[in-house]
Amino acid sequence: MEKNPTSAEELKTIRKIMEESTKFLSLSGFSGLFPGLIAIAGALIAHFLILDKGEMSYYEYFATLSGKETVIIKWQMITVALSVLLLSLLAAFYFSFRKAKGSGKSFWTPVSKRMFINLLIPLVTGGLFVIILIIQNTIHLVVPGLLVFYGLALVNAGKFTYNEVFYLGILEILTGLVCAMFPDLWLVFWIIGFGILHIGYGLFMYRKYEA
Amino acid sequence: MKDLISGLNKVFESRVRLGIMSVLMVNDSFDFNSLKESLNVTDGNLASHLKALEDRKLITVNKQFIGRKPNTSYSITRTGEHLFKQHLKALEDLINAQ
Repeated sequence: MEKNPTSAEELKTIRKIMEESTKFLSLSGFSGLFPGLIAIAGALIAHFLILDKGEMSYYEYFATLSGKETVIIKWQMITVALSVLLLSLLAAFYFSFRKAKGSGKSFWTPVSKRMFINLLIPLVTGGLFVIILIIQNTIHLVVPGLLVFYGLALVNAGKFTYNEVFYLGILEILTGLVCAMFPDLWLVFWIIGFGILHIGYGLFMYRKYEA
Repeated sequence: MKDLISGLNKVFESRVRLGIMSVLMVNDSFDFNSLKESLNVTDGNLASHLKALEDRKLITVNKQFIGRKPNTSYSITRTGEHLFKQHLKALEDLINAQ
């Protein structure tokens, strides 16, 4: 029988169409890399400028401060955390938007919408939960909470994008759980979870899919 | 060799139809515009192929309004799923036979 390149080609096209219509593949490696760098920058600002450096233990430091100072520091910390979140989201969106545009695909597709909904449900739940933790003054669980819920969000969204996002989610959850065991080291776990894991993920994805 | 190609369905010979079926195989439903974008075809071209598949009861059409905009979405039928799977199987067999 003669070689039939068209059937092999056809199957390849079919697989590609199936994958592209169920997975959001415009997620860029830079969308992981830059939030990672921003998270580390935020941690350094918190450590050196707000928490008066050297003192790793947030809680011990708190005990030495008067009530009013504690409130100011709390708000400064919240501001830094929110800035990190906002800048990270902007960077993540920007680079994925750019990748979609560069490959002539649209950014808003049924798949990307599905991915965002699946990402946002655990993420917003986590955000609200952490706000409640802050109101209740259970500050030592804030960073573990952020990591765990963020991890769950990634695991959930991972079904609609690259598989690696799922594994990044698992690592974030583990980091969060270990962090809950050692709450004094929250800054270290923040740097590992939001900084190093993101940078590692970003570099890995960039080399695998974009370089 | 007759056996090998008997599973290939003539309905799916066009690339656009293959594309439509591939998307609908893995998605519960897909709207016209998103379909147009993922397959990179013109309105008229897509519409005529969708009509052909609909006439053969391989896909179903669901028309509704989102706000005031009409929105048409498509889903695969059981028959469509069955025939497309058969077609894929035949393609695979063809490759394996080489």
